Amino acid sequence: MDPLLTVSGLTMDFGGIRALDHVHLHLVQGEIFALIGPNGAGKTTLFNCLTGVYTPSGGDVLLKPPGQIPQRLNGLKPNRITEKGVARTFQNIRLFPNMSTLENVMIGRHCRSRAQVFGAIFRTPATVCEEKAIVGTSLALLERVGLAEHAHVLAKNLPYGAQRRLEIARALATEPLLLLLDEPAAGMNPRETVELEELISSINGDGLTILLIEHDMRLVMRLSDHIFVMDYGRKIAEGTPEQIRHNPEVIKAYLGEGTDHA
Amino acid sequence: MEYFIELFFSGLTRGSIYALIALGYTMVYGIIGLINFAHGEMYMIGAFTALIVSTVLSIYGLPLLAILILTGLAAAVWTAAYGFTVERLAYRPLRRAPRLSPLISAIGMSIFLQNYVLLAQTSDFLPFPALIPDFAFMEPYAAMIGSTDLAILVVSTLILLLLTLLIKYTRTGKAMRATAQDQKMAFLVGIDVDRIISLTFVIGSALAAIGGLLIASHIGQINFAIGFLAGIKAFTAAVLGGIGSIPGAVLGSFILGLTEAFATGYVSSDYEDVFAFSLLVLILIFRPSGLLGKAAVDKV
Amino acid sequence: MLTGTDLRRALLIGLWFMFLTFPLLAIKVNPIEQTVTWRWANMLWVGGATTVIALACRFLQARQAARQERIRLGLEPPPATWNFALLREPRFALPLLGATAVFLLAFPALFSSYQVNIMITALMYVVLGLGLNIVVGVAGLLDLGYVAFYAVGAYAYGLLHLHFDWGFWTVLPIGGLLGALFGLLLGFPVLRLRGDYLAIVTLGFGEIIRLILENWSEFSQGPSGIANIARPGFFGFELSMEESLVYLYYLMIGMALFTVFVVNRLQNSRIGRAWFALREDEIACQAMGIDKTRTKLTAFALGATWAGMAGVFFAAKTTFINPASFTFLESAIILCIVVLGGMGSIVGVIAGALLLILLPEYLRAVAEYRMLVFGAILVVMMILRPQGLVAPMRQTYTPPR
Repeated sequence: MDPLLTVSGLTMDFGGIRALDHVHLHLVQGEIFALIGPNGAGKTTLFNCLTGVYTPSGGDVLLKPPGQIPQRLNGLKPNRITEKGVARTFQNIRLFPNMSTLENVMIGRHCRSRAQVFGAIFRTPATVCEEKAIVGTSLALLERVGLAEHAHVLAKNLPYGAQRRLEIARALATEPLLLLLDEPAAGMNPRETVELEELISSINGDGLTILLIEHDMRLVMRLSDHIFVMDYGRKIAEGTPEQIRHNPEVIKAYLGEGTDHA
Repeated sequence: MEYFIELFFSGLTRGSIYALIALGYTMVYGIIGLINFAHGEMYMIGAFTALIVSTVLSIYGLPLLAILILTGLAAAVWTAAYGFTVERLAYRPLRRAPRLSPLISAIGMSIFLQNYVLLAQTSDFLPFPALIPDFAFMEPYAAMIGSTDLAILVVSTLILLLLTLLIKYTRTGKAMRATAQDQKMAFLVGIDVDRIISLTFVIGSALAAIGGLLIASHIGQINFAIGFLAGIKAFTAAVLGGIGSIPGAVLGSFILGLTEAFATGYVSSDYEDVFAFSLLVLILIFRPSGLLGKAAVDKV
Repeated sequence: MLTGTDLRRALLIGLWFMFLTFPLLAIKVNPIEQTVTWRWANMLWVGGATTVIALACRFLQARQAARQERIRLGLEPPPATWNFALLREPRFALPLLGATAVFLLAFPALFSSYQVNIMITALMYVVLGLGLNIVVGVAGLLDLGYVAFYAVGAYAYGLLHLHFDWGFWTVLPIGGLLGALFGLLLGFPVLRLRGDYLAIVTLGFGEIIRLILENWSEFSQGPSGIANIARPGFFGFELSMEESLVYLYYLMIGMALFTVFVVNRLQNSRIGRAWFALREDEIACQAMGIDKTRTKLTAFALGATWAGMAGVFFAAKTTFINPASFTFLESAIILCIVVLGGMGSIVGVIAGALLLILLPEYLRAVAEYRMLVFGAILVVMMILRPQGLVAPMRQTYTPPR
């Protein structure tokens, strides 16, 4: 079980509000992790700290790519973190609405390609070759998520479920080691959720480590190898789905005190 | 020493005028997050309206005091009307548009208004009558501070006091503060947000108009292009103090006015405008929240 | 379709505008002679015009609403989107391009020097518009101080010619490089600012440069400017004023074509995609591994390079430059071209430049309303069609074999 990401003592303060309070997480390679908790628990804030959108007030985020020494992620700019291998999707979909589905994925390839202004203007052989490769890889990813026939549709014209899958394809285009999914099933109907579950499973099958925030408990229970539970900025429990299901702290956080447990 | 005092009062005067204009910028920014590029033109329109009304009234032979009061009212009313109309036409339709759209619209409005006045009136520099008489009791101090300076200081202070009273102690003022903090919530508790926004523009424009009238009396001439520079300087003052903050606008204005007066008095007057622009650039780069403002955190 | 309420409302609007514009439009004073001219006719014009416009707007609004309702009920198909795909088809495009090419090439033979001068100006604005388009239209950075780079190029030629007698062709690349350099210098501290603050700061920079040029007379010759700047030489031959103008015209066409070529290549490349993405959503862009600052800086510097080169051409054309040619208003005009033509659309910007520069020249009667119309265009376009007249043509990608 090779470690991939270690979060230690992560704290995030906004003025007088402590959104994250000394959170410890340990992700190992190749597994699916879930992050659950009531609204406002700090889950998306955690994602934002991991991906460099926020600079944490305290603590460390260490990424250990296989065969390399651990690297500190906190304090790096978001694009550097993506380059290092952490990609994400957003809670409120953030696609590039006026670009085509294909182009959205192609953007994901930006950090894995190198053509500069010179190459762009003079269309050097290296640049042309690289462009072809980008198109090829992107189309393949679209096939993977089942959007290949919509390749030239503008992202804003896609149906909701397709947009969520496009975001995943785009994140995959950056060749990540760790994929962070922020409520990927939000707003999906049961059929779409099943398809999503299959997709995530398949991606994980290729060896990609996944950390997802979700409220759909059935999806979480079926997919995850390991679950972290947060409330009020703290990690209140962690364990396998079975362990979490019966954890009294977790039940209290979701249902409140003094409720009859079924 | 006398020179110092003269510069000091000159700085205060400048600061007062900047304050009258800067308030409009800061109130509008505080309430809808727009840099009202066309606000400088309210200052210009106020000055022009004052010129026209005062000339007409003086031809009809009214006493000086009556002319002054009526001109002030007229300038304020008409400029407020312009402010109201500009908001309705150029900004309200863009309330939900991305941030840059109303800014570009404001730039367009500024150009439109400048050329409107240019075409409606003239491109020449027009002499502005000294509407404020020389007070006899000011004569011994004439070297250091003129009657107009005193009038400007007094009027500005009065207006600032009235505005503070309005914002702090009236229901309307409370509604304005609420809308500035959270527009959606203000709407949900029953505040007529559209009306409050219009009112903000109306007040801001009226203040700028008074500023225009006062400074035109002081300088003695006006031109269709005076709005641009005055607007930029007042905006610099507002940002210096912290855009969105009313006390900040006042503070920034006096700091800018005094520094300008001393810089031009002791160093050189050629680079006066460069100084203001450089100050603006430096503040926006290094401390965009200004002196009294708070840095904003965007939620992802 | 129009009701009595609509009519009443329109009349009230007319009355409001009559009140509003009363002091400035109806009265004209002469403070020196203490006379007043009353221009009551203006009031009737204002009242009438605004009432009619208000009615027309209401009418169009009602018609649009009715149409939307019919579409919603399924009685009418949704309107097809406007695109110029028809124009791209070879059977239309080639003859059209051919005719335009012949017309442009033959222009100096058909028209006077004065007309040629106007065309050169129009072409210069095409280049400037395309340059600003990279910054504003594609990358979404509102640069209100673009004219500063234009000035840098122009003064580079003016001063180098004045002091060292350097020729046009030597200075042209220097102008571009200086533009790029200034673009980097100005861009670096500034590009992390939010959109509206960025706009104001660039405005400030533009004005600072102009004021320095005006006041630092030892360096820039001050408000009186630099005169007797040489036109580009033709392989060492001396040309008359007229001939050199025609020569410059053909050079401008070349420059414009070069600009279109480069901008097109840039837009449809990895970096062009990054610029578009940056404009769409900065945060998502960063999350996808794009270095926001570097990408913005590249756009800024490239745009500035073009302004610098255009500046050298400008100095060569007018043979006289002074700080007054480089005011904020110039930046605003170029912005208007991009906004009108279409943010990010090469064809749109060309159309916008030609429209905004040539039309006032040929409609001399209304030329004095030019700036008024420019201002109005900015406002109206933002409200009605913020993406501009022509939508950018996105590249289609063919799968690799």
